[in-house]
Amino acid sequence: MKSLKTWLLSLGDESEGTEHWWHQRLSAVAMIPLTLWFIFAIATLGDYSYPSAHAFVSSPINAILLLVFIGTLLSHSALGTQVVIEDYVRGKSKVVTMILTRVAYMVLGAVAVFCLLRILFG
Amino acid sequence: MSILHRMTGVALSAGSLLFIGWLVAIASGERAYELFTSVVGSILGKLVIAGFVFALYYHLANGIRHLFWDAGKGFEMQQARRSGWAVVLVSAAATVGTWYATLI
Repeated sequence: MKSLKTWLLSLGDESEGTEHWWHQRLSAVAMIPLTLWFIFAIATLGDYSYPSAHAFVSSPINAILLLVFIGTLLSHSALGTQVVIEDYVRGKSKVVTMILTRVAYMVLGAVAVFCLLRILFG
Repeated sequence: MSILHRMTGVALSAGSLLFIGWLVAIASGERAYELFTSVVGSILGKLVIAGFVFALYYHLANGIRHLFWDAGKGFEMQQARRSGWAVVLVSAAATVGTWYATLI
């Protein structure tokens, strides 16, 4: 397990290529069933009213699956975004963009988990 | 086709903001949720959602294609061309199918 600091400041140099490649593939494979579940769940949500949306997220099995979905989605997205940044941003701005992006992903994950907990126990 | 995989990936990353926005709206209460659904439920909102659904199916199907390539399968020019078209057809059909299923 990489420390938070290592992750925030790692800038995708060659030594990390293999690890990145594997993480991207593993998260991709995990996203296949999770995405199919997500589409099915949202498509069959009923009338999309507040009570039905709230009830959907409050169901324990849905809440757990949503948590796994959010975690896998954000890490898969972060890995992909890293490649895009590496391809189009150079020099100092690459470092800044990379760190800002990772901070944004962490904030996003925290917001999502907080909302999930609030819906469950609020 | 490969650039479309990247483009849909970036679009879907933006789409995940919409999904997390939905969670924020539910957590914030009924009034915030209704504001959210009135925006997403508008004609423009529905078009954006349809675009995200297609991007999701495309990225999913083409991602599976990429995983086969990673395993060293389907590299022949003819196979690659065929699977490329299959990805476009499947994601278009799945988008239309999802659209109809949610309307009923």
